Amino acid sequence: MPVSETNSQIVYTALKDCGVRLMSVLPETWLVHLVTLAEADGDVTLVRLAKEEEGIGISAGAHLAGISSAMLMQNHGLLASLNGIVSLAQLYRIPLLMLISLRGGFGEEHPWQTEGGMVTEALLETLRVPFERLQTPDHVAQRVREAQTLANAALRPVALLLCRELMWED
Amino acid sequence: MLRSEALEAIYPELASCAVVTIMGATASELYALGHRPNFFYLEHAMGLASSMGLGIALSRPEETVVVLDGDGSILMNLGSLTTMARYRPSNLIHVVFDNEALLSVGRTFTTATGTGSSIAAMAEAAGVPRSATVDTVQGCRQTFREALASRELTTLVAKVAAQGPANYHIDVHMLENRFEFQRYLTRDRHKVG
Ligand SMILES: Cc1ncc(C[n+]2csc(CCOP(=O)(O)OP(=O)(O)O)c2C)c(N)n1
Repeated sequence: MPVSETNSQIVYTALKDCGVRLMSVLPETWLVHLVTLAEADGDVTLVRLAKEEEGIGISAGAHLAGISSAMLMQNHGLLASLNGIVSLAQLYRIPLLMLISLRGGFGEEHPWQTEGGMVTEALLETLRVPFERLQTPDHVAQRVREAQTLANAALRPVALLLCRELMWED
Repeated sequence: MLRSEALEAIYPELASCAVVTIMGATASELYALGHRPNFFYLEHAMGLASSMGLGIALSRPEETVVVLDGDGSILMNLGSLTTMARYRPSNLIHVVFDNEALLSVGRTFTTATGTGSSIAAMAEAAGVPRSATVDTVQGCRQTFREALASRELTTLVAKVAAQGPANYHIDVHMLENRFEFQRYLTRDRHKVG
């Protein structure tokens, strides 16, 4: 499978270095190595979701209980989480770190991913969720750290987009 | 049974638990019994009270967490039953006040529990280790105490009348409530020395 193991490890390490201790995930192809890493990590509470929106509630609970968390999902999971983001994370000022695989961009071969790919960034802008792209391994650690710092300072959700260049080895 | 009576029956035990309620009638009725810093009223985000309770329970194993849910709310997030069951934290009690209606919108619109769907059966089928349905105040008090003593994830469905409070006033701002609750949950970090 051409999902980059090396870069998945870099993303995972960056999350761990930020003190993330709970990860809620709904797997998809680009996330398989990240989920496998979390499964093998005794220091992280991994919560496998039935639907992504649950993760907003779980992260909110974890935050109020003093635990740093992250959500791992694809952009269609973001679409499935909208009310939770607006009506819980934003309304209640929850710093929420969302790692979202950006399916459906340039290079996407699967027709079913393309509609979501075209609305993801505009949607984040509309939601006023600050986001950065993770495209190359060299900026991953810094962007993850800065995203978490902003989330904690603003007490709002932020997003990091896992891009094809980083996650996929053609 | 009225939900306010059921709440009154379990209120003494709630003093030592982290409590997350759904919006509207449930929140106001609990508030009317007496606000505490360990009560969080999730005034919106329908469906996510149980997910929040799960997040707290997994993050604070030493804390007993009680979610006060509604039939309409859990029907909006049925997957949550399976996620709770999957991780089955022993410190989580999930109470569902089933009034067979979406009461807090102002008119009682029947939910599917009024046409035969059973939340307790769904919880059991989801793999929640303990579930029960009660329809009396005495049964509610006793079953809730048993759930606390069992140290096992329990979904307790309390059948209640579709009747809400006289007013929905809560004199604690949502954000005030949020920060107060966070401070309660992290109180060990604020201790001096
Ligand atoms: C996503 C969403 N849709 C609709 C509403 C409007 N709404 C507010 S309270 C409520 C009913 C909640 O029903 P239930 O959980 O059974 O509790 P009850 O009001 O009966 O106590 C609804 C539909 C909402 N808050 N969020």
